[in-house]
Parts: sequence; structure tokens; C-alpha cells
Amino acid sequence: MSQTYDRGPVEDFGRWREFSAGMWAWIFHKFTGWVLVGYLFTHIAVLSTATAGGTVYTETIRGLESLLVVRILEVGLLAVAVFHILNGVRLLFVDLGVGLESQDRSFYASLVLTGAIVVASVPTFLAGAF
Amino acid sequence: MSTPVTEEPESESEPETDEQPAADAETAAAEPTAQQRRMAKKRDDAARRDAQRRAEEETREAENTVHLKVFRYDPEVEGKQEPRFDDFRVPFHKGMTVLDALIYARDHYDSSLTFRHSCRQAVCGSDAMFVNGRQRLCCKTQLADLDEPVRIEPLPHQDVVKDLVVDMEHFYDQMEAVEPFFDPDDLPSDDLAEQRQSRENREYIKMATRCIWCGACMSSCNIAAGDNEYLGPAAINMAYRFIMDEREGESRGQERLEIVEQEHGVWRCQTQFSCTEVCPKDIPLTEHIQELKREAVKNNLKFW
Repeated sequence: MSQTYDRGPVEDFGRWREFSAGMWAWIFHKFTGWVLVGYLFTHIAVLSTATAGGTVYTETIRGLESLLVVRILEVGLLAVAVFHILNGVRLLFVDLGVGLESQDRSFYASLVLTGAIVVASVPTFLAGAF
Repeated sequence: MSTPVTEEPESESEPETDEQPAADAETAAAEPTAQQRRMAKKRDDAARRDAQRRAEEETREAENTVHLKVFRYDPEVEGKQEPRFDDFRVPFHKGMTVLDALIYARDHYDSSLTFRHSCRQAVCGSDAMFVNGRQRLCCKTQLADLDEPVRIEPLPHQDVVKDLVVDMEHFYDQMEAVEPFFDPDDLPSDDLAEQRQSRENREYIKMATRCIWCGACMSSCNIAAGDNEYLGPAAINMAYRFIMDEREGESRGQERLEIVEQEHGVWRCQTQFSCTEVCPKDIPLTEHIQELKREAVKNNLKFW
């Protein structure tokens, strides 16, 4: 028994087909969290143009909103934010020890609800974009 | 044929519930607890799987063999140092477990095939392995439940010593770290006096006492994989078993809480529920970890 063999991370992302609901919830929560952190920085950058005067700010916003890609990204941002909120509520319940036996169903529920809210928001976000 | 699958690991089997305390029966009648509901769901699933398995067993019995792909590695023999998968075709019989198949393969085909096993009835906890992408206890995993080829690997996130044998030393270290032994503040004055536990309290820690130290939970936890100092679900569950034991007393409980509330204790858990899912003894590990988190917070928050 002179040496051992280290197989490395066997359970790496290559096994994603075998992930369970709790694992997916964790991955999505991490991912959406980082996206939101990234968004906060651009948010500050855009808002900061207001320090150079009202017209500059208005022009910046108008310029951004005229880009189709920004309109689509906004839908994505909503999806990310809604999922993060809903799963955050789920995690709150998990922390309180409420309904741990239905944690997988609450994850699916938050996914479905996110999908519904995002679909409902599309007309508002993309009105006049095309 | 002689092995009817008695998949009834829970509830009435506990010796101390033999007397069936009245209080217990009352609560059960009033409203099913979360654990009972979980077990009921598991029973339903098991019944469904049973039916599927019976059909599967018939077809397999006709085909007669099961195809195993087994991880092989032996650092001491040149030519076996490169890990590989060996194929075994084992004659199938009704009720055959993964462990039965491994034993057959070892006894009939390759005596160098190495794996741990002892009691073969899910008590000793020696034969947790990674079967078809999931940590399972081989002796309580029916072959008919698995897709072929059945892929058997040693537990992930632990060093492989040989074939299916992993180095459990680190797991045992973590288990020892929470001081897993009964250690009350004060002993009864009379040497021979029993230290009785109330039935409610016993019921409360019942699930936590069932840990068999197989290491499946630790292996499934991807936080434990990334953070070697993390106590892991099994050790925290063991701490829970003693912290919640009312006989131990205030100051010992405080010491125990201080062990688990450290940086690499309960707070590392990110509630992926992987451990709860793989636990062969159906211990609600995540629930116990969360409860200890709340205990730790309550312990440190003082408003007065």
C-alpha cells in the first residue's frame, strides 16, 4: 500500500446528467448570483452618467435601449433576478427547516414560476424592438 | 429465489419502539411528521420499483447474466498501475445484489478483485461504492434496479488504495473530530444506576443514531470534496446525535456546539441535499445540519 491513486474530481461537471434537483438549484443559484453581481457594476456605471448631467444620462439610456441586444439581455436579467429571488425564498425555508422533504418540488416550482414571469414580461421588454 | 426483498428498513424495526409508547402512537395518529411522510413516499416508490424489478428479474433470469464493468487498479503490480475497467458477466439470480455479483466475480473469475464487505446486510457499512453514477451500499442495491452495464467504481473524492477499496482514514478522522461518544456532565451517584433517556428524546435522535459510517454522504458532498477540513454530513450528524441527547447536560452540549460551529463545521453546508439522497439509512442529514445551524445561531445571539 505504498501509493494511492487519486482520480481527481470524479463528480465533475461531466456528470451533469446525474445531478439531482438540489444540486441544480445550487448551481443555478451560484450562477445567477454572479450574473447579478456583474450586472450591479454595469448598473453603477450607467447610473453614474447622471453625475455629468441629466441630458447625458437620458442620452445614454436612450442609446442603450435602442440596441436590440440590450432589450434581449434585459429579459435575461429579469429571468436571472426572478430565479435568484424565488430560490432565495426556497433557501430561506430550508434554513428555517420548513418543508425540507419537498425541497425538490419547490425548486421545480421556482423554475416554472420564473419561466412564466419571463414569458409574461416579453411583450413589455421587447415592445417596438423589432 | 430464497431472497425475498424485504425493503422495509425503517419504522417498526427499532427495538426500543417495541413497547410502542402511547405518546408515539398519539402523534402518529394526529398528523404524520415530515419524516413519516418522507418514509411513506419512499415506501410508495419502493413498491413501484418492486413491481418493475419483478418484471426485470424475470427477463434477466431468462437472459441469465448481468454485465458488470468494474474499476481496477493495483499500484503494486506492474501493468495494473494504469486504472482500467474490467468486464464481468455474472449469472443472475432473483434477488441478487451488487455485492453478490462482485463476490461471484471474485470467487469464480478473478481472485485479485478487491473490495470491502462484511455483514452483507447493510449494518457494517463497508461496501459503499459508486454504482452507476451514485453512491450506494452494494449489499442493499438490487441488480434488477440498475441499468446494464452496471458500472462499479470506488467512492469518489477518496484516494483509491486498490480496485474498489478507498482510503477511509480522512473520513474516520472527521468522525473522531466531533468526539462521537456519550459523555455526560455528571454521572449518577450510584455506580450501577441506569441513565435513562426519555422516549420522546430517543425518538428525536432515532434517525441520527442509525449512521453506519459507510462514507457515502461524505463522498457525495461536493463541498467536502473541495474543502478537506469540512467535517462532512456524517460527522455533523454524529455531533447532532449527542448535542440533542438530553442526558449529556449543558456544558458538554456547549463544548460540542463549539466544535461544529467553527469555520469548517456546519456553515460549510450549502444544502445541495446530495447526502440526504444517497444515505443508505435514510437519515435526513441536511435537516440535521440545518438544525445545528439554528442551534449555533441561537447559542451566539444574545439580546439580553
